[in-house]
Amino acid sequence: MAFNFKEVMNKPERLAPGHRMCAGCGGTIAVRTVLRALKPEDKAVIGNATGCLEVSSFMYPYTAWEDSYMHNAFENAGATLSGIETAYYALKKKGKVTDTYKFITFGGDGGTYDIGLQSLSGAMERNHDMVYVCYDNGAYMNTGIQRSSATPMYADTTTTPIGSESNGKMQNRKDLASIIANHDIPYVAQSTLLGTMKDLYEKAEKAIYTPGAAFLNVMAPCPRGWRYDTPDIMKICKLAVDTCYWPLFEVVDGKWILNYEPKKKLPIEDFLRPQGRFKHLFKPENEQLLVQYQEEVDRRWEELLFKCSR
Amino acid sequence: MSIRERMSGNEAVAHAIKQINPDVMAAFPITPSTEIPQMVSTFIANGECTTEFIPVESEHSSMSATMGACAAGARAITATSSCGLAYMWEVLYVAASDRLPVVMAVVNRALTGPININCDHSDSMGARDAGWIQIYAENNQEAYDNYIQAFRIAEHSDVRLPFMACQDGFITSHAVENIELLEDDLVKKFVGDYEPEQFLLNAKMPMAVGPYANSPFYMETKMNQRLAMKNAKKVILEVASEFEKISGRKYGFFEEYKTEDADFVIVIMGSAAGTTKDAVDRLREQGIKAGVLKIRVFRPFPGEEIATALKNVRAIAIMDRAESFSAYGGPLGSEVKSALFDAKLSIDTVNYFYGLGGRDYTVEAATEIFNDLQDIADKKTEPVQFKYIGLRK
Repeated sequence: MAFNFKEVMNKPERLAPGHRMCAGCGGTIAVRTVLRALKPEDKAVIGNATGCLEVSSFMYPYTAWEDSYMHNAFENAGATLSGIETAYYALKKKGKVTDTYKFITFGGDGGTYDIGLQSLSGAMERNHDMVYVCYDNGAYMNTGIQRSSATPMYADTTTTPIGSESNGKMQNRKDLASIIANHDIPYVAQSTLLGTMKDLYEKAEKAIYTPGAAFLNVMAPCPRGWRYDTPDIMKICKLAVDTCYWPLFEVVDGKWILNYEPKKKLPIEDFLRPQGRFKHLFKPENEQLLVQYQEEVDRRWEELLFKCSR
Repeated sequence: MSIRERMSGNEAVAHAIKQINPDVMAAFPITPSTEIPQMVSTFIANGECTTEFIPVESEHSSMSATMGACAAGARAITATSSCGLAYMWEVLYVAASDRLPVVMAVVNRALTGPININCDHSDSMGARDAGWIQIYAENNQEAYDNYIQAFRIAEHSDVRLPFMACQDGFITSHAVENIELLEDDLVKKFVGDYEPEQFLLNAKMPMAVGPYANSPFYMETKMNQRLAMKNAKKVILEVASEFEKISGRKYGFFEEYKTEDADFVIVIMGSAAGTTKDAVDRLREQGIKAGVLKIRVFRPFPGEEIATALKNVRAIAIMDRAESFSAYGGPLGSEVKSALFDAKLSIDTVNYFYGLGGRDYTVEAATEIFNDLQDIADKKTEPVQFKYIGLRK
């Protein structure tokens, strides 16, 4: 079905207002967009790794989730949802559950790239009929902006602070979408928050309604951790794709598909400059770091183009 | 009519699982509990039970998936030992707080450091404060019987707590003994269907599980878990009494073996109780009034009942098959002594450590302990607070 912005936005909200996520949080925008991709008649069980989203949306005795929801711990969202999904088949087989249920779990990059990687890998490899959505804001924001393996190089975080002997995080970020794609699951996609949210919405819809395991990696800026002007979130996301820092792609049954190629690839500085966490890179003495940064972005982009050309 | 068979403890539990036919089992292999998921997988492969098996990538995930399945509305189980149980640690507490009546077969094995695959109770003793019901078996028959009773206790509306059905690694899990099995229909009828009031897949009423609950609510959560654990005492006895009607086998919080007139009692858990009973029989022939109090239910802890059972004894040995490194005694020692103190009983006690990492515990060792108790009661020696038995000379 063709994407109709008005229709999509008129679907009932499945994450109620009143939760305590920060104003302008990219994670919440990602969650609401993904949930909109559910058919209104379908039921869902939502899983959630410990993180900002969990502690802000289900503070006893209140929940913002219209659907059934389970938070277990930080590192086991994949395994927990795989148990729920398996119970669904067991109970459906016995006629104890008759409705159609879909299973979606949300985790930040901490709960997904790092502490929850094993549990996620297991759930994906077992090919449970579920969608794991990583809202990647590139650091452990809930505990106060510590670096994760998703943190981009040279970012200033509280465990990779800049100083006279430090230019921030020294390592490159982990390419999780590729790692999960190599689990040979039916659907993997990378997206972010763009325009009408068509890209994320359509990928969420495919992920939810493709039988078997699906993984969505969604770049979800955090105004506190990234230190940009909060209302600029959509601009930041657009710059991430136009600089090819955060490419949009899908891997459907092993086939890599590039979804967007900027007409004019912008320099990486355009994405880095509005963010306080990269401020130090714009000191004259750090010019070489920016050159190196561009080289790394280019290398990854070329690699992706190669994968998508096969 | 009961069925006479020969089975190991693992086979007995796997057989009970086949009879109960739970909705979901998630498990990861670890010696000596590995056989249980293996056998269940074979039953499933041959169409003997319809349980959905999740071959997870770790024990942390086996517990997490079991919890997810249970919250979803399924009867969900797992099995583990030793480091597998230790790896679940974090989520054991979550399962209890979420009030998920999952049943876990624990085949007791020493915790690593150094790695050791043999029996002791350091795994489940370490998890004693996680909020789970813990029941220990002496032999394969008890492992089977306890497992069948577990679901009725855990799922009872006054309880709703997770349940560890423990048996001793290798000694019970792998040794083949005679066993009386119940007929399939009888087990199914006794255990019944799992019909939770609230569950994730309830289309009429969605549910949220696992909240963030800070100081305004956390303490009440714990108090409610405590109340449930207290309620479990009553339910354990009710279920035992119903089980007796179908099996003819009687169960309580503990078994008293020749304690009625005993001067000297060894308090012990698990398979070593059998060895101790042999020593008691031999000493009784010599006119020494020895007895055994074998604890079956460790969580909830039947402190008052234990104290009452021991009130006329002259000296007591409390046997711990797990170190707690307080340098003041072991977990069972501390709790039994505390029960005696609360009952205002001033009886000489010695807390022994035995059988760590599968070290042999023999009839001779038990006899030596009874002799020690006699010397203490006769004021020939002073009681020591705690003591290792069976160490290399």
